[in-house]
Amino acid sequence: MHPAFSVVFFTTATGAGYGLLSLLGVLAGQGFIPPDFWLGLTGMGLALGLISAGLLSSAGHLGRPERAWRSFSQWRSSWLSREGVASVATFIPAGLFGIGWVVLGRTSGWVAVAGLLAAIGAVATVCTTGMIYASLKPIAQWHSRFTLPGYLIFSAMTGCVLLNALLQGFAVGSNTLLAAALLLTVLGWGWKLATWRYNDRLEIPTTANTATGLAGGTVRSMEWPHTEENYLLKEMGFRIARKHSVRLRQITQVLAFALPALLLVAAFALPWPYAAVSSMLAAIAQLAGMLVERWLFFAEAKHTVTLYYGR
Amino acid sequence: MTCLPAQTDKKLGLVIDLDTCVGCQACVTACKEWNTGGHMAPLTDIDPYGGDADGVWFNRVHSYEHMTEMGGRTVNFPRSCLHCETPACVTVCPTGASYKRASDGIVLVDEDKCIGCKLCSWACPYGAREFDTDVGVMKKCTLCVDRIYNDNLAEEDRVPACVAACPTSARHFGDLGDPASAISQLVAERGGVDLMPEMGYKPTNKYLPPRAHTTRAASVPAPALEAVRAEGGFLGWVDRMLSN
Repeated sequence: MHPAFSVVFFTTATGAGYGLLSLLGVLAGQGFIPPDFWLGLTGMGLALGLISAGLLSSAGHLGRPERAWRSFSQWRSSWLSREGVASVATFIPAGLFGIGWVVLGRTSGWVAVAGLLAAIGAVATVCTTGMIYASLKPIAQWHSRFTLPGYLIFSAMTGCVLLNALLQGFAVGSNTLLAAALLLTVLGWGWKLATWRYNDRLEIPTTANTATGLAGGTVRSMEWPHTEENYLLKEMGFRIARKHSVRLRQITQVLAFALPALLLVAAFALPWPYAAVSSMLAAIAQLAGMLVERWLFFAEAKHTVTLYYGR
Repeated sequence: MTCLPAQTDKKLGLVIDLDTCVGCQACVTACKEWNTGGHMAPLTDIDPYGGDADGVWFNRVHSYEHMTEMGGRTVNFPRSCLHCETPACVTVCPTGASYKRASDGIVLVDEDKCIGCKLCSWACPYGAREFDTDVGVMKKCTLCVDRIYNDNLAEEDRVPACVAACPTSARHFGDLGDPASAISQLVAERGGVDLMPEMGYKPTNKYLPPRAHTTRAASVPAPALEAVRAEGGFLGWVDRMLSN
C-alpha cells in the first residue's frame, strides 16, 4: 500500500495525542498530577494539538475535503465514520476537562468525570482507527489479530513517554511514571517484533489462481491492460519499502524502542535537569521512530489486487 | 445508507466466458466511450498523449499464461466490478456515497456525496474502483445503469456497452438471481466460478473457465525430428537406426 504522508502522520500524531489525553484525563482527574496552569496548558495543548494536526492532515488527504462533514453519517456500518464521530465527540469532554483542570485548577467533581469521559473517548477513537485497518480483508498484514492491539499499545506507549517528558520537564516526574513509560516501550517493541514475525510467515489463501478463477497449475501475468502505472498500482502496488524493509525495520527498532528505552533508563539515574532532557529526547526519538514504523506498516502491506499484475 | 439490503429483487450482473474472450479490448473501449458521457461521467484522462498517461477505466483486460499438466494456454481476462452481494466497498463508506440497490443489486457511487477518502478502493480485493484525481471522487462500473433501463434505446441495445461490443459473445448480461434465466443456465452448464470466493464478498458476476483440453492432438508437441510416441514399422526402424 502507498504510504501517503498525510495518513502516516495522522495515525502517529493522533495515536500519541489520544494516549496523552487519556493519561492526563485519568491521572490529573484523579489528582495524581498537581493542577498547575503552565503544566496543564502545555500538556493539554500538546495532546489536543497533536490530535487536531493529525485530523487536519487526514482531511487534507481527501479528494473533496469540503464534504468531510458527510463522514459523520454512516457510523452504523463504517469504521471510518465511527472514527469521525468518536474523534469529534471526544473534544467535548476534553475541552471541559481542559477548562476545569487548567483554567480553574480543579481536579474533583465534574472535572474528574470530564477527564474520565475524555479518556474513554480517546481510547474509543484509537480503537476505531485500528479497526479501519483491521477490517480490510484484502490486506492480510492488516486484517490480523495484531493490528487493533498494536494501535492501542503504541498509543499508550507514545502517550506515556510524552507524559513522562512533560512531567520531568516541569520537575514533577516520578519513578512510577518513568517505569510505566519504560515498560510500555518494551511491550511495544515486543508487539512489533511479534507482528513482523507473524507477517513474515503469513500464508495467504488468495492466489493468482483464485483471483482469476483458473484452477490448478500456474497463472503467470503475460500482459497488463495498460502501459503506464494506473491508480491501482500507484495506490496499492507500492514496492520501495519492501526492498529496504530489513534496514527500515532496524531503524524503527533503534529510534522507536531501543534508544527511548536507554534514555528512560538513564533518566532513572540522572538528576534534574538531565533526567528531563533525557526524557524529552526519548519522546522525540520515539515519535520519529513511530513515523518510520507507520510508513512500513503501509509499505509492507500487500493488497490482493497486485495478484492481477503478477506481483 | 451504506448498510446493505437484506436481499435484492434481482441480481443483475455479467458472465464472462474465458474460453472465448480473445482479448481484443473492444469491451474496454466501448465501456470508456459510453461511460465518459454516462452516469459517472467524465472518465478523466490525465496527460493522454504524453509519456505518463493515466486515467479512469471501469474495465481492464489482462492476459495470463495458464500452465497445467495438460499444457499451457493464453487466457484473456476482463476485470471489472463484480457487483458483490456483500460488498465491503459499500459498508466501509463513511458518507453514504456508495450504495447497493435493493431493486437490482447494482453497486453505485453517488458522486455528489463522495469525499474521495479512497477507503472503498482499499476494501475491494478486485481493484474494481478507480479514483478520479481530477474530480476528486471515486468511480466504478455502473453496469451501464443508463443503458439497461433506457427506453430511448432499441430493446436489443439495453445491455451494458461492454456486452454489446463483444465480437465473440464472451460477455453475457442478465439476472443471476433467477435460476431460470438464460445467464444462470449458462453458469450452471459451464460451471461458472466466483473470483476469490475465500474473501466472502459473494460476487454476482461469474467467470466461465476455459473448456478442458482435448485429447485429439498430441498434448506435448515433439521437439524437432523426434517422434511423439514410440513408432513401429519403417519409421520406428529409421528412428532406432538414427538414434544409435
